[in-house]
Amino acid sequence: MAKITMREAISQALMEEMDRDPAVFILGEEVGVWGGTYAVTKGFYDKYGAARVKDTPIAENAIIGAAIGAAMVGQRPIAELMTINFAFSAMDYIVNQAAKLHYMFGGQFMLPMVIRAVGGGGRQLGATHSQTPDAIFAHFPGLKVVSPGTPEDAKGLLKSAIRSNDPILFIEHATMYQIRGEVPEGEYTIPIGKSKIQREGKDLTIVTYCKGLELSMKAADELAKEGIQAEIVDLRTLRPLDMEPVLESFKKTNRAIVVEEGWKSYGVGSEIVSRIYEEAFDYVDAPILRVAQKEVPLPYNRTLEQAALPQVPDIVAAAKEVLK
Amino acid sequence: MKKEQLLDLYYQMVLIRRVEERGAELYQAGKIGGFMHLYIGQEAVSTGLIAAREPRDRVITAYRDHGVALNCGISSNEVMAELLGKATGMSKGKGGSMHMADTSKNMWGGHAIVGGHLPVASGLALGDQYAGNDNVTICMFGDGATNIGYFHEALNLAKTWGLRVLWVCENNQYGMGTAVERASAVTEIRQKAEGYGMKNGQADGMDVIKVYDAARDAIEYVRKEGQPYLLEVDTYRFRGHSMGDPERYRKAEEVKQWQENDPIGIFNKYLLDKKTATRKQLDEIEARVEEEVVKAVEFAEASPEPAMEDLFKDIYADN
Ligand SMILES: Cc1ncc(C[n+]2csc(CCOP(=O)(O)OP(=O)(O)O)c2C)c(N)n1
Ligand SMILES: [Mg+2]
Repeated sequence: MAKITMREAISQALMEEMDRDPAVFILGEEVGVWGGTYAVTKGFYDKYGAARVKDTPIAENAIIGAAIGAAMVGQRPIAELMTINFAFSAMDYIVNQAAKLHYMFGGQFMLPMVIRAVGGGGRQLGATHSQTPDAIFAHFPGLKVVSPGTPEDAKGLLKSAIRSNDPILFIEHATMYQIRGEVPEGEYTIPIGKSKIQREGKDLTIVTYCKGLELSMKAADELAKEGIQAEIVDLRTLRPLDMEPVLESFKKTNRAIVVEEGWKSYGVGSEIVSRIYEEAFDYVDAPILRVAQKEVPLPYNRTLEQAALPQVPDIVAAAKEVLK
Repeated sequence: MKKEQLLDLYYQMVLIRRVEERGAELYQAGKIGGFMHLYIGQEAVSTGLIAAREPRDRVITAYRDHGVALNCGISSNEVMAELLGKATGMSKGKGGSMHMADTSKNMWGGHAIVGGHLPVASGLALGDQYAGNDNVTICMFGDGATNIGYFHEALNLAKTWGLRVLWVCENNQYGMGTAVERASAVTEIRQKAEGYGMKNGQADGMDVIKVYDAARDAIEYVRKEGQPYLLEVDTYRFRGHSMGDPERYRKAEEVKQWQENDPIGIFNKYLLDKKTATRKQLDEIEARVEEEVVKAVEFAEASPEPAMEDLFKDIYADN
């Protein structure tokens, strides 16, 4: 096992898949000469050339639309949105085209494409550049949404996403590129649509993903100091949602919280909590709580922004609350 | 232009430069966060442009907005306070570098979604048309912003409906690291107006007088004819796209060459050559700016942070 950063993991996945399959190419703003705004594709332009690492104009509709078209005729484009906030500029292509075309035309053609997008708050980028709108995208049947929380998962899931024949939105987090984690040596993939227990415990279940995983792991350490053993289920894929490990864990602990960075209302937590009530009502010993972002557009000021984002103490407090 | 006005333009350009130089230091020191895009090198554009407007004319721009804010008459205290995220900033510390607006100065914001503010500019002009006045909306944007659909939708609407917008493309040769010719089918941006049957022109953005003259004529046309106009201004940013840009996409010699065309240097020489000002007068202006910027930093540093309850303020206008 090698210990690498999230950035390296994503970068390796892209490179390995580009080496493996000539149909794979990258397009997006500043992916080439610049090397990627978050340096994920650094060196790619020199290695693969302009035809496979395509710098685009600032034109999100054209980026996603062109990826869709190229995928329809059999290429495997990886379209990078500089940040997920700009997905709103390409919403029609993501929602009305990528998520619909395969179904609407009776499965005549496939859309083997990945949209990579980085999201998340905490960098003082202001209201339009700090969003975690993952849940919105998970709303649409026809689109798959993946959002890993460890380098190992990021690498294995991205490789699967590139090989998949469906359109997949792959969401990264802007503050997580430096986190390190063990990654298996050599070739491996991780299946899309499988949740995973990232930490075992018997007292309560924490359901989370992406940035929430990082925070929840820290919170679990805190809780452990007080003798509370939290089990952490990492969703990894928001659609298709794998509830098996969540329900299994919940049936053991009977208490749960859901941790996500996005807004609470109509969020990932809303979905998970409903599913637990629908599918494991007899096991519920306490109301299930959600830890999420306060219901405000994120402000620039650092103190206010941090106050609006979910933090480790919020998770610890919610965990204790459901254990009361 | 009268002598006082020319000297005021010089003051404004030097003020933008010094505010941003101090801003860059404060950013390095960790007192400013987020994205910060410096206007250094482009000062002549907004200075000349905004000098040509009447106070009732509206201004709207992208995230590279500190200079525009200062030119519109927002104080250096407020600009600095917003950069530091303080409650005394014009956006109360919620907007930061990219989101400076003061509607009392007819400055309708820095906007961070590339091209996003262009249809909004059409809307400002629509509001004025609807109200029956002949105010002009000046909408500034980069070369990169002319490749996104928003630009085309906004221009088409403005021409079709006869909206009073002066579109000003600040062609600084790059959108982030992408040179104009790598992203735009035509490198002379003004040609894009032709497709919409829109009158257009070009000006040297390193020369504040030339910008002023072109803007004055364009504004007059827009106001009188009730038609939009696109002005392309050639310029260059001396610094990176934003703080922390590794600048791998352009050569140091290219930057140096443009820096020899420093808009402040050009204007300084112009004022001396025309005997509009003496060396001493210009030095005095520079000293006055230095003092003002020191005070602005003091003001910003001493200003309070927004209160915690402000987090939930202004989410909606109606409560
Ligand atoms: C819709 C959208 N896509 C991408 C970005 C990221 N981005 C911010 S500035 C920029 C470059 C813009 O270049 P240009 O319009 O030429 O303005 P300049 O920065 O040169 O002043 C990009 C790609 C964004 N803010 N909004
Ligand atoms: Mg530009």
